[in-house]
Amino acid sequence: MIPTWAQLLYLFGAVCFILALKGLSGPKTARNGNLIGAFAAVLACTIPFFYGDLDHVPLIVAAIAVGTVGGVYGARTVQMTQMPQMVALFNGVGGGAAALVALLELDEIVGAADAGFDVQKFTLVATAFTILVGSVSFAGSIITFAKLQDLMTSRPVVFPGLPVVFGAGILGAIVLAVLQVREANLALGIVLALVGLLLGVLLVLPVGGADVPIVISLLNAFTGLTVAAGGYVLSNTLLLVAGTLVGASGTFLTLLMANAMGRSVANILFGALRGGSTLGGGEVSDRPVKSAGPEDVAIMLNYAERVIIVPGYGLAVAQAQHTLRELVDLLIARGAEVDYAIHPVAGRMPGHMNVLLAEAQVPYEQLIEMDEINDEFKEADVVLVVGANDVVNPAARNTPSAPIYGMPILNADEAKQVVFLKRSMRPGFAGIENELLFEPETTLLFGDAKDTLGKVLTAVKAL
Amino acid sequence: MNEAVVWLTIFILSVFVGIEVISKVSSTLHTPLMSGANAIHGVILLGAIIVTGSTDSNVALVVGLVAIVLAAVNMVGGFVVTDRMLQMFVRKKPGAKPVASSEGGAEK
Repeated sequence: MIPTWAQLLYLFGAVCFILALKGLSGPKTARNGNLIGAFAAVLACTIPFFYGDLDHVPLIVAAIAVGTVGGVYGARTVQMTQMPQMVALFNGVGGGAAALVALLELDEIVGAADAGFDVQKFTLVATAFTILVGSVSFAGSIITFAKLQDLMTSRPVVFPGLPVVFGAGILGAIVLAVLQVREANLALGIVLALVGLLLGVLLVLPVGGADVPIVISLLNAFTGLTVAAGGYVLSNTLLLVAGTLVGASGTFLTLLMANAMGRSVANILFGALRGGSTLGGGEVSDRPVKSAGPEDVAIMLNYAERVIIVPGYGLAVAQAQHTLRELVDLLIARGAEVDYAIHPVAGRMPGHMNVLLAEAQVPYEQLIEMDEINDEFKEADVVLVVGANDVVNPAARNTPSAPIYGMPILNADEAKQVVFLKRSMRPGFAGIENELLFEPETTLLFGDAKDTLGKVLTAVKAL
Repeated sequence: MNEAVVWLTIFILSVFVGIEVISKVSSTLHTPLMSGANAIHGVILLGAIIVTGSTDSNVALVVGLVAIVLAAVNMVGGFVVTDRMLQMFVRKKPGAKPVASSEGGAEK
């Protein structure tokens, strides 16, 4: 039995988590919200040491230390551009931990049942759920990590029998779970975990690179629900509340994100299976384009009154944010009106671009969200697209067969002139060609973003 | 009251709270919010500690310790990386222009 003082502290922790999420959803309170959450989590984890009669305390403390060092190291050394996969990895290990905890608890339950104790069916349901979904979350997150880290192709991976295997896997998991609930059995639980791993892999393989962030968010919600079920199994209110909060808010956040991309979650997960929605082999077109040198672009920018910058992931990969900011500062000093147009999914996740530009100390006020700036493109003299592609691709409006069809895009094509800073003619993350590149008002400037922007900057200074 | 129903009540109410508290989030904060929520479910560490501390078989002990390591990575790493992201959102003092000396500090 958990003593009352500990239960009250768990309640306190649960309230802190609610406040943490509340804080995290506002720009001014976000950092404090995160700190409140961290405080509550650390506090909660010290509680069992004071009432639990725990064995193996030195080993447990050592394991916590190992995990803490690993987590802090990973979190502090990761490049801001690679953050999405880091979050995926953290989410995956959390799901894995929950599945292992449930397996251990199942072991206890089997022991208790053998000793003649009555085991509640609902506890067994929750245990099976935790094992299964925790494994799905673990394996799925590892695959998302591999996709984003370029350890494997970011394109959808589909093989002919995939829907059949996936369906069989789900059916098998249900059968195993039912058997498991009828009579607790550790071996069945382990098989269930293995099926869960398989399902996790199969769930994420067909998802294209551009949609992976949505999947991270969804798996995040899965892990939350897993933790909630684990909380029920362990009769721990804090785990139940914390897990449910994350599960609910994570699901809602997934819907918000999918909405921002104009896609449905079902379409993102299973679109590739239906076929047809993944056109574009990533081949390079040989149609004529207009390209120019840094000096030409410098002249265009210098005499423009209204400039809009469209930053994309390529900007961050080239670490060109600082050079870009210098260029923008210079143009503003020369009297131009310059803003950054931020697509909701610029970068690799919603809000990722804001983080990347904030890192380069771009003033927050210059970052304008899509809905606010989209009407201003037609007045822009020059739109400078740096390392972005899909977010200005008119195919999202005009080509129903394109994978990004229906995604709201920035109206860069309405501007008087568009300059693309690109490394090559390779298509964007979604793997489709951009018609805007071939329009007469478009100029291409090839090269590494940091290098080329540096040259443009020097040229503008010289004018 | 049936004990399972009490738990169900907590669960359902938490679902509503979870949706309600984040319903007004702006798209700029989607990433940090996801990351912060991710860190919060790392509190499964608490469960891992309890289970591991009450086991007496060696195999279970090893599995439990692995779970603790994984959960600690999730929890600690999650909060630290979220904080790193949110540091970037701190507004400069109004009117303060970015100056040349700010260069390099954030760059690796």
